[in-house]
Amino acid sequence: MHQIWILCRREINAFFDSLIAYIMLIVFLGLSGVFTWLFGGGDIFFVGQASLGSFFGIAFWTLFFFIPAITMRMVAEEENTGTLELLVTKPISNFQIIAGKWLAAWLLVLIALAFTFPYYLTVANLGPIDHGATFSGYLALALLSGVYTSIGMFASSLTNNQIVAFILSLFIAFFFQLLFGQLATILPASLAGIVEFLSLNQHYHTMSRGVIDLSSLVYLLSLIFLGFLLATASLQRRAWR
Amino acid sequence: MSITVSNLTKTYGSQKAIDNISFEVKTGEILGFLGPNGAGKSTTMKIITCFLKPTSGNVTLNGYSIHDHSRSIRRRIGYLPENTPLYTDMPIVDYLTLSAELQEVPRQQVRARVREMIDMCGLGPERHKNIGELSKGYRQRVGLAQALIHDPEVLILDEPTTGLDPNQIVEIRSLIKEIGQKKTVMLSSHILKEVEATCDRILIINRGELVADGSTEELRRRAKGADQLLIQIRTEDPGTKEALLGLASVADVRPAEKGSNSWMVDARPEHDPREDIFKLCVKKGWILTEMTPIESSLEDIFRELTEN
Repeated sequence: MHQIWILCRREINAFFDSLIAYIMLIVFLGLSGVFTWLFGGGDIFFVGQASLGSFFGIAFWTLFFFIPAITMRMVAEEENTGTLELLVTKPISNFQIIAGKWLAAWLLVLIALAFTFPYYLTVANLGPIDHGATFSGYLALALLSGVYTSIGMFASSLTNNQIVAFILSLFIAFFFQLLFGQLATILPASLAGIVEFLSLNQHYHTMSRGVIDLSSLVYLLSLIFLGFLLATASLQRRAWR
Repeated sequence: MSITVSNLTKTYGSQKAIDNISFEVKTGEILGFLGPNGAGKSTTMKIITCFLKPTSGNVTLNGYSIHDHSRSIRRRIGYLPENTPLYTDMPIVDYLTLSAELQEVPRQQVRARVREMIDMCGLGPERHKNIGELSKGYRQRVGLAQALIHDPEVLILDEPTTGLDPNQIVEIRSLIKEIGQKKTVMLSSHILKEVEATCDRILIINRGELVADGSTEELRRRAKGADQLLIQIRTEDPGTKEALLGLASVADVRPAEKGSNSWMVDARPEHDPREDIFKLCVKKGWILTEMTPIESSLEDIFRELTEN
């Protein structure tokens, strides 16, 4: 556990020492802010009720693009520059390396999400907001970010090229984001139920409306863990080349 | 802590990087690992440090096997990989602190160890710079500092002096020698002088196979060819060469490059011509100004063993 935290701290420092963290925060908050407050049509003022629903709808997409941009370098860069050799020959397990880096990326996303807290305060001032639904929405965002971070870590561990890692993780995430949902509409009913369940879209939308389903929680957590295992295995593979 | 390598083989695809290598390194020994580029030096070191898994064979450190006790081994090894890959975005002190923490140096000792390493490796004047801003030589020192930070029992250095200037090379060498008194050190190089200057024992590897193992003297003794002498004589006598050739213990005499009346003298096997030459000079009234035994250099041995 200690090793994970040491590595996580180093990665977070690396984010804030370079411009990555600041660019990420500014662009994420900027885009989400514009679409949530100023875009018209779907924005908060148009909905006619005190709800962060439109923000949750937008963050679903902004995070989909931003998280791969954060995670793409995490393993790929180390492999490319050779620093991975020094890291894995220290007394730290491959799982700990993945976990430490995952935690750092996830915490950065959580920091970005924390900066949207003023949205909540503002809307709560405008009218009677559903506190439960807001909490559940944020929980859904945190879990969703976890899943995308996991996918991103796995993609990054597969290659030593950051661009490839970025595109790969978008590609994998796109299945969960959209394709499974689309697939469900064209498959026979028996299969459709299963594929529909795989789609993150559905889980996310029920949660952001305030319904926390145990099966959703279990599904999201197991996706995160699956990403961990795959990334660890992919890191392990390197020793056998 | 001793290293035992037994029947180690590593294949990349169909290519054998190392082929059934076995050797042992004892505590307090500095082992030089020599070989031309691509001979399998780095691969062997990567296997010992648990970065790569061997195709077959085993490495044990005091009974800890790389297959079963990888973490215990990594905790006891200090490793400097080839080309010194470091986090270029980190300041030296932060990087060394990170290394110390990852190597499980007790928290209250981390600061002291980092300071000690900075002094020991001569990083003082650059201590506040980012690693990316350092010259190659200083990066190498940072690499060495991170390898030593947890006071490891075994030190594995892959080409530790590449890219250093002559002064730095001398410093690093003496540092390694000092460390090697108490610890097991294994260093690789393709520079023979370096290995000769620092190592107690030399392993020569070529195309994945061990071709020689022994101290510098032993290897030299194994090399072919009899002793050579470089002599210089001050005299006006034109018949020096013939007179020298007339000695029973001398096989051949060639003019040396050095100047007038300097000769390279090949001795006959099992003979020592030094006494004869001296007596000859006394008899003829020549002044002997130089007589140097030329040892067959490690370069010759190396070339002989690794060519064809």
